[in-house]
Amino acid sequence: MADHTAAIAGVYEHPTREAPDKSTAQLHGDVAVGALEDAGLEKGDVDGYFTAGRPGRVMSMVDYLGLQDLEYVDSTDVGGTSYVSHVGHAAAAIAEGKCEVALITMAGRPRSRSGDGGPPSGPQADFEETYGIGTVNMYALAARRHMHEHGTTAEQLAEVRVAASEHAQYNEDAMFQDPVTVEDVVESRLVSDPLHLLDCCVVSDGGGAVVVVSPEVADDLDRDCVSVLGHGEAVKHHDAGDIDLTYTGAVESGPRAFEEAGITHDDVDYASIYDSFTITVVETLEDLGFCEKGEGGEFVEGGTLKAPDGELPFNTDGGGLCNNHPANRGGMPKIIETVRQLRGEANEEVQVPDAEIGLSHGTGGSLGTRMTSTTLVLGGDR
Amino acid sequence: MSDAGAGDLPSPDVSPTPETEKYWAAAAEGRLLVMRCADCDRFYHPPRARCPDCLSENTEWTEASGEGEIYAHSVTRQMGPPYHEATPYVVAYVELEEGPRMLTNVVTDDPEALSVGQSVEAVFHETEDGEYAIPRFRPV
Ligand SMILES: [Zn+2]
Repeated sequence: MADHTAAIAGVYEHPTREAPDKSTAQLHGDVAVGALEDAGLEKGDVDGYFTAGRPGRVMSMVDYLGLQDLEYVDSTDVGGTSYVSHVGHAAAAIAEGKCEVALITMAGRPRSRSGDGGPPSGPQADFEETYGIGTVNMYALAARRHMHEHGTTAEQLAEVRVAASEHAQYNEDAMFQDPVTVEDVVESRLVSDPLHLLDCCVVSDGGGAVVVVSPEVADDLDRDCVSVLGHGEAVKHHDAGDIDLTYTGAVESGPRAFEEAGITHDDVDYASIYDSFTITVVETLEDLGFCEKGEGGEFVEGGTLKAPDGELPFNTDGGGLCNNHPANRGGMPKIIETVRQLRGEANEEVQVPDAEIGLSHGTGGSLGTRMTSTTLVLGGDR
Repeated sequence: MSDAGAGDLPSPDVSPTPETEKYWAAAAEGRLLVMRCADCDRFYHPPRARCPDCLSENTEWTEASGEGEIYAHSVTRQMGPPYHEATPYVVAYVELEEGPRMLTNVVTDDPEALSVGQSVEAVFHETEDGEYAIPRFRPV
């Protein structure tokens, strides 16, 4: 393990899935306290702060949390994967000596308060929003094209939900804890063809936080820390009218993270893959290189994704499909569950034995227009 | 212009900018414009002053044929306002004859019958304020 490698010392997932009685800022406060306690650190130790989304600009949350003596802030907002990017950015800042203890928080309440957290309009708005686009139909277009080019079936997409639901039954905080079958998924109502209701993630309130620390701080803590071995990010977009809906930015973010970490696919024991929709997972697995392009549908058949014994156990908390997707931004839980797996703290029925290398992958924005992919490789003992 | 099968779709007002006003004004006349870069000969969409390929300002409006084919489509069955009462309706990428893939609606009485690769042609629906029009497509 390189000595300059930053490490995740604390994580916290808010247990709420519906928070009508709390403000979004209050949820940020809850998760900040939870992650610092998990790390064995205090507010006064924090010298770097990272956040995105609601409830305001980064200085609003610095003010609300009463953070003092910050030396570094970052409010990079690339949609749901923002917090996965923040871990990479924090590790880089720590390597540069810009800060030593970086706190990353996220929270939101779209379930209690509809419309909490929509993206601001850009110059494309008249050419997109005019036509009645939304999150589901934009991912549905990707699914349609993937099916057309590669023969991917609705039953194959359903396998992703089935695996997530089997994991969620062991998570008492998960929104949906009942295992489902392929038939349940393909017989659920169509929301936007070809995506069914059970191809879609939950809408939940909640939040989470991560504490990233320098190797020196990690060595002083009485806590298992997980090293940030590799990070890669990429933005993929409409390409001036040449958009290809069958792949994601993971074709670039994945290799960057793997190279930085010096690992291969065979080294990955566990993966948290952003699962806004089942098609998101299938395209991402192909793009990360776990199978050939177009073979993601076949890859997920036969229990590949199921923990603890599948070829690539994924989303053992139930993922966005079954557990939570706080503020419509599922990147934070992806990091948290990877850390739990690497510490051996996942729910015991789904804990991958001797998990040493984990991957957290986030997707931000929309597969149908423009999006960000961020990949982290985590692992190693400290 | 025809409004075949499109009667139920809302046509929200648009907010043209100095870069896009010509596009919307042409649509109001039943013409579909795409931009072309004279330096790299690239057709592109949505319109913008500089070519997104080479960043040249040597770009020009050209009239598209309005012909294209479906690249991907989805029948949307659940949506918030202003489209909530228009369901089921079709969002799609249509690949224009000139090259660019354009996000749009396909208007049809039989959305289930649409398929990838199907030929479509442009139709234009006046916006609610009557100032401009929205290009959409229908099966040929
Ligand atoms: Zn050009």
